[in-house]
Amino acid sequence: MNHVPVAEVPFEPVFTGPALAKLEALFPLYPTKQACLLPALWIVQETRGWIAPAAMAEVAALLDVTPAYVRGVVTFYTMYHQHPMGRHVIQVCTTSPCHLCGAGETLKAILKETGCRELGATSPDGRFTVVEAECLGACGFATPILVGNDFIESVTPERVPGLLQRYE
Amino acid sequence: MGYPHPIHSSETPVLSTHFGDAPARTVAGWQERGGYAALKAALAMAPTEIIDTVKASGLRGRGGAGFPTGLKWSFMPTGDGKPHYLVCNADESEPGTFKDREIMRWTPHALIEGCAIASYAIGAEQCYIYIRGEFTEPWSIMEAAVAEAYAEGVLGDHAMGSKHRIDMVLHRGAGAYICGEETALMNSLEGKRGNPRIKPPFPAQAGLFGRPTTINNVETLAAVPHILTRGAEWYAGLCAGNKKSTGTKLISVCGHVMKPGNYELTMGTAMSELIFDMCGGMRPGRTLKAVIPGGSSVPILNAAEADTCILDYEGVVEAGSMLGSGGMIVMDDSTDMVYEIYRLAKFYAHESCAQCTQCREGTAWTTKILARILAGKGTVEDLDLLLDLADNMTGKTICVLSDSCAAPVVSGIKKFRNEFDDYLTAKKAPVLVGI
Ligand SMILES: Cc1cc2nc3c(=O)[nH]c(=O)nc-3n(C[C@H](O)[C@H](O)[C@H](O)COP(=O)(O)O)c2cc1C
Ligand code: FES
Repeated sequence: MNHVPVAEVPFEPVFTGPALAKLEALFPLYPTKQACLLPALWIVQETRGWIAPAAMAEVAALLDVTPAYVRGVVTFYTMYHQHPMGRHVIQVCTTSPCHLCGAGETLKAILKETGCRELGATSPDGRFTVVEAECLGACGFATPILVGNDFIESVTPERVPGLLQRYE
Repeated sequence: MGYPHPIHSSETPVLSTHFGDAPARTVAGWQERGGYAALKAALAMAPTEIIDTVKASGLRGRGGAGFPTGLKWSFMPTGDGKPHYLVCNADESEPGTFKDREIMRWTPHALIEGCAIASYAIGAEQCYIYIRGEFTEPWSIMEAAVAEAYAEGVLGDHAMGSKHRIDMVLHRGAGAYICGEETALMNSLEGKRGNPRIKPPFPAQAGLFGRPTTINNVETLAAVPHILTRGAEWYAGLCAGNKKSTGTKLISVCGHVMKPGNYELTMGTAMSELIFDMCGGMRPGRTLKAVIPGGSSVPILNAAEADTCILDYEGVVEAGSMLGSGGMIVMDDSTDMVYEIYRLAKFYAHESCAQCTQCREGTAWTTKILARILAGKGTVEDLDLLLDLADNMTGKTICVLSDSCAAPVVSGIKKFRNEFDDYLTAKKAPVLVGI
């Protein structure tokens, strides 16, 4: 296997133009730059869909912390993706209250409809990645799912095909 | 109200009056409904006067621990010349709990008003509202509401035209239940992993950024404007005789009831009335088996205990559990208790920050042993092992996530022992689960 030298791996910085302006606008809201770490990681993920090691290093330089420190924080939080994902990430709650109300069947239907055969996998067409989520804070409306930023309540297996249609 | 259902005659809508009422989401809409009068009045009062009013109302923290709110505020130093912070805990991640979400979705200005009053009372010019990352809809509604509050002069250098500065920033979490624990939340806000801190120092001495900090739950803060407008006496009178638990409480009901939702009750209401009357009871042909009354972190009640349980802080303790966050998980006779307890243990194992040994190892092994029992490979000794583990997980760690995992396990084995035995003796077919 041929390794591409690291310096030649193409990486376009995330923090130029509007993304940089967005981050810099946050600095005055906190007494430390480090406090902007979670917001900065959100900006990366919204721009790129995931957080690459090179982006972690970029964030580290901007906030005066080390890349290893940033990686330590990224790995703590389940919503930050450390690998490229499908175009739409689907989070399905399967915690007890939702499980009582059929979340298991809903999850199965979503895995089938998307063609993602297992949790965490991306569908062959690159459209979806399905992950299990812990309690989404909407337990009375089982089963809640998040498709990207769209929070959808009361999802049943029957509703799945219709709901996912609009995600290209 | 029992959102999304119409108000039930046994409810006492205060916080939930405007759930479902979209025009209440603007500053003008909020003012038309009596909003921001309390903030205006508060800014003309002395901070100690506000704290005394909140103390007299009997308001206790709605985030889970039930600590008296006025007392917590009075711990903040005065005249120290240091910046103070108010933090609003909108991380709502406790399985079974979904009330703060509704407050933010429908009455964002109730929360902003409560936060502004609390900030002023504790001498803070800066408030951070930490909202869990998954709450995309509440986030956009709160974002629009805060922007409008600035534009209308409610917030900023001269809040409500006064000489007081009140700034408010929304901060987005990124998926970690533990960040609901107050000191983990502060670390997270500072750009760190969400590890809880050893106390003392308590937040009022050294909290966010090492400064004196007060942290309160969304529902706690949203109640404050009502207390100032209608008076401490009115609020203290909202109870069924027990003066230690006052006011209204939003109870999120989920699981096997006909009408799950958020119900706002006067403290002291009977649990049976909530389940069988307001929530429409069990599904046809089903009977009640168990209730976890305060979010998943508290002991499980069986049907008999639930039947006589009074919903206030002391009443639920008397029944053998805790009111906690008021997230009520109702289970009928179709429920496999062993599986549900396993699934809760798996939740805690996934969410442990892993800094304390008892929690890191305890939650993981509890989950593994429960999976083994479900798979039909357990032994009677496994139950003793689970109880022994639970004992080592209780009262020994920096925060109570570990205790929370032990609570359903211990109460589950005690009250539903026969269901464990059915797996141990192969009376029930094995269930294979991932860990
Ligand atoms: C593991 C854990 C998770 C918690 N999650 C939340 C939460 O999501 N929301 C909340 O308000 N309080 C949560 N709490 C309680 C907070 O630590 C704290 O007591 C509360 O925010 C204080 O506000 P209050 O006095 O208004 O209740 C949690 C506690 C623990 C130990
Ligand atoms: S358990 Fe599914 S949203 Fe709470």
